[in-house]
Amino acid sequence: MEGIKKLTKHQIFWPITALILVMLFNLFFTPGFFKLEVKDGHLFGSIIDIINRGSPLMLLSIGLTLVIATGGTDISVGSVIAISAAVAASLVGGQMIFVDGVQEYVTLVPMPLAILVTLVVAVLLGMWNGTLIAKLGIQPIIATMILMVAGRGIAQLITEGQIITIYYKPYFFFGGGYLLGLPFAIFIVGIVLLIIMLFIKKTAIGLFIQASGCNASASKYAGIHVDRIKLIVYTISGLCAGIAGVLISSNIKSADANNAGLFIELDAILAVAMGGNSMTGGKFSIPASIVGALVIQSITTTIYSIGVPPEITLVVKAIVVIIICLLQSEDFRKMFTTMSHLQRGNNIENKLTN
Amino acid sequence: MKSENTLLTMKNICKYFTGVKALVNVDFTLREGEIHALMGENGAGKSTLIKVLTGVEKLDEGEIHLLGQHVLPKSTHEAQSIGISTVYQEVNLCSNLSVAENIFIGREPMKFGRIDWKTMHKRARTALEKLNVDIDVSQTLDSYSVAIQQMVAIARAVDVDAKVLILDEPTSSLDEKEVEKLFEIMTKLKNEGIGIVFVTHFLDQVYAVCDRITVLRNGEFVGEYEIKDLPKVKLVAKMIGKDYEELNASIKGSDSQDDEAHSNKEVFLEAKQLGKKNEIEPYDVIVYKGEVLGLAGLLGSGRTEMAKLLFGAEKPDTGELCLEGSKKNIITPLQAIKNEIAYCPENRKIDGIIPDLSVRENIILALQSKRGWMKYIKRSEQEKIANDYIKLLSIKTSSAEKMVKELSGGNQQKVILARWLLTQPKLLILDEPTRGIDIGTKTEIQRLVIELANKGMSVIFISSELDEMLRTCSRMVVLRDRVKIAELTGDKLETNVIMNTIAGGN
Repeated sequence: MEGIKKLTKHQIFWPITALILVMLFNLFFTPGFFKLEVKDGHLFGSIIDIINRGSPLMLLSIGLTLVIATGGTDISVGSVIAISAAVAASLVGGQMIFVDGVQEYVTLVPMPLAILVTLVVAVLLGMWNGTLIAKLGIQPIIATMILMVAGRGIAQLITEGQIITIYYKPYFFFGGGYLLGLPFAIFIVGIVLLIIMLFIKKTAIGLFIQASGCNASASKYAGIHVDRIKLIVYTISGLCAGIAGVLISSNIKSADANNAGLFIELDAILAVAMGGNSMTGGKFSIPASIVGALVIQSITTTIYSIGVPPEITLVVKAIVVIIICLLQSEDFRKMFTTMSHLQRGNNIENKLTN
Repeated sequence: MKSENTLLTMKNICKYFTGVKALVNVDFTLREGEIHALMGENGAGKSTLIKVLTGVEKLDEGEIHLLGQHVLPKSTHEAQSIGISTVYQEVNLCSNLSVAENIFIGREPMKFGRIDWKTMHKRARTALEKLNVDIDVSQTLDSYSVAIQQMVAIARAVDVDAKVLILDEPTSSLDEKEVEKLFEIMTKLKNEGIGIVFVTHFLDQVYAVCDRITVLRNGEFVGEYEIKDLPKVKLVAKMIGKDYEELNASIKGSDSQDDEAHSNKEVFLEAKQLGKKNEIEPYDVIVYKGEVLGLAGLLGSGRTEMAKLLFGAEKPDTGELCLEGSKKNIITPLQAIKNEIAYCPENRKIDGIIPDLSVRENIILALQSKRGWMKYIKRSEQEKIANDYIKLLSIKTSSAEKMVKELSGGNQQKVILARWLLTQPKLLILDEPTRGIDIGTKTEIQRLVIELANKGMSVIFISSELDEMLRTCSRMVVLRDRVKIAELTGDKLETNVIMNTIAGGN
């Protein structure tokens, strides 16, 4: 009993439980969900699909976990995806050129440079958010709403209102390629996760982020530059969104300023919340958020594979999310555990009335 | 003689929180028309006992009888309806509503389905008149002082036909005159036959108004005493389980060294015309090595503002600061920390602790920012530091990994002290370090301050309690209305002189 209690105290316990529940559901109700096939040396199947499609969401949840840990939020990540996808596509894009009937791979600028520029743009966008919030003291939801709304416009300007199709094949590797039989995107997520985890665990940044989110005023007195910490986390969030933008544009081989990453910020915030991170800041766990992102992607994939009519998929998703959130709510769980306590109190009461 | 009729009995009260015994077999009796002090250090179980009585917490074992009837309030509302009213430490009324509305909130007199304002105002006025308070009841509550707000809270509590009135630390935000007024009211209510439970940290007040005392320690019942049978010293001994005289003597012992002239001491800090508009007028101050300098003055006199400028928490707009002879520009706390200055802020909850972080993380925080984010202190080193300081300051916690918000106020304060001592400051600024802390810890902190000074650390000590300042400080700066008005040393360090200087008389 003690062991179980200790286990449930870990932040990651409940998101993993949720993931297992979704998987159990699939085990019984979705035929062939766990089937893995090997085609052309790559693995195929629903599980692989979840990992591949969930990669952008996982990336976003890494950055957002840090932002939310400082007590803020970033609702501009969807727009940052659109902008970086547009930048990447217009730099890589190019035209289809045939030489002797064979397609030549031509880019406007060399691909590494294009990606570098894209990520620099994403970092700048993150810094813009950070500056508004840390230096000018604008409320995070409002400050990032500016970029959320304006960002799609900026993306439109870059694509000149068109959907830019990418013809440069090597670029497709990021979002659609395979390494060691697994989607390459998951390796990118792994590398980003590793770097960020090293950054927060091997330096004092993790401690400073938690302290700032938990009590900004006390942190200032303890010598922490809370404004710099905020600038850093919004910049990281921007960078993560930029990488997600590259993955998405690579996966769909185009940049759609209107629809790339549309509403994904809501899923990302949900992923962080499902990871058991407090929306008011303080203690956080990035791995828990990653599991949260996987839960959301699993639900989405499950709903498609069991054939829920498209018009009600969102309702079904909402219901599942509510159930999982209730499971995670300490107050909700307490309602059961305090039953025994109540019983004790009631016994005394009964004695009283008799 | 007072009536001897028993009003309330609580017998064998037990309350457990998961794994912790908060109350074990506690007895409490209250007579009609008496003021009964409930005493104990932080964490002794006073608040839990009150919570059980007022229905905030459910008791696990025991019985409560009110006027011979077996009762078990399940909510504060129910407690009120059977005649048990509570006034809490922090006034919990709606400051944006009128005085009358506050008194009658939730039970407004109605007429034709609408609130009968006329009756409400009239009844509010009579309720307050009973307490000798004459104010305009249609004004919003926040237009009156905290003291008046407290009276309104009491008026509300008594107006619901209370038989038992619980006052939980009602005097902590009142000045001396207001306290006197409160005591008048308490005596008046007592004469009307109401039983009053009085919880306070101030011993003098207990002896000023109370009839009997119940002492709790560590959730256990220590005893119930008539006030005349229990001198102050014995009360303290009962509360902390130690001999107060002994504690006091150990502090006083070091006083003898204070007579040394300051002329042969080295200067650590010198501020010249340091000031900030609307915060504090430009001031000069010198802090010597190894002295305890007190900043005396009323709340809001500029004590805290003065300290904040020295720590860089506020940016000065005039003057300069010299540390050990060289001019420094300190405009952020981090710069102050790097220059070996530490500051324990006045408001522990808001500016001190990081509630959700562990004791360990709270302790190492300032040292970490002093070293910079790149040089992360190794986990094993952190644990060693934390455990060392937990031992050194005898912080009561089950482990260094416990969240600091789960500690009692006194222990939280020790954690903050540990945080700053760890940075090995040359100047330690303590702003109200003993507020809301039990006597045992208070004495420990005072003793620590003197020890540190003897080892050569400079300390700036700010406190509202003159006693405490006199005990620890060897020199005092007095402030009034955001201006530094005097510096007192030697035989001028005496209660009357200081009081007069603060008040502005001679």
